[in-house]
Amino acid sequence: MAAGPMKMRAAVNGGVTDIRVLMTHPMETGQRKDQDGKLVPVHFIQSVTVKMNGKTVLECQASQGVSRNPVFSFRVKGGSKGDRIEVSWLDNMGETNSTEAVIA
Amino acid sequence: MNPLRRALIAVLAAGVLRPWAALAAAWNKDAFGAKTAADALKGIGATGAAPSNDILIEAPQIAENGAVVPVEIASNIPGTRAIAVLVDKNPFPLIARFDFMEGALPFVKLNVKMGETSDIRVIAEAGGRHYVATREVKVTIGGCGG
Repeated sequence: MAAGPMKMRAAVNGGVTDIRVLMTHPMETGQRKDQDGKLVPVHFIQSVTVKMNGKTVLECQASQGVSRNPVFSFRVKGGSKGDRIEVSWLDNMGETNSTEAVIA
Repeated sequence: MNPLRRALIAVLAAGVLRPWAALAAAWNKDAFGAKTAADALKGIGATGAAPSNDILIEAPQIAENGAVVPVEIASNIPGTRAIAVLVDKNPFPLIARFDFMEGALPFVKLNVKMGETSDIRVIAEAGGRHYVATREVKVTIGGCGG
């Protein structure tokens, strides 16, 4: 399975913005064997960056211990309807992806 | 595609990818490559963390499927700037590290893999000091074989 699309939702509630983001990624540990008994190479998201209106609010470094198709929830103080949230990731093979959402 | 267009795309791609290269360099290879929780803690500079009741860990007591164990973490320690999550008995215990800035609250929810029954260990960094809390999760079917 290759890395694929992302989904994100951001909503402000009581002055706090809730962000929920889903990434399509195999998050291979490097310890799993395929049907032919060959080890599947380690392949996982190493870093995630969350930006609000272009400003970095959160940085994450991750390992292969995060579950397949990672889902993260984050919270940011402030934020208003219409503000822009951007989340991007980079994996150990140099693949990247990003997505944007507007705070609802 | 004509050569000029290809060259232009290459230049654009290089520009876009450069910030990522910088981020990749920041990935803590020593800590994430550590095979014991003690070495991982050393790697993130968190040996001798003080136990704290102000780190909240929400996780199932029993996880039937170790491949997807939901964990919710929040720190009530004032000035928490970073949180690290470890699964002590995993082959590579350090799961993730989160750095909070510009208004991000010290809160995160994620799914982790657990190879077997283990403590989930959370480190919070505040005011240059480290704090720790743990929570045991019993795993029925391990999640590290895929």
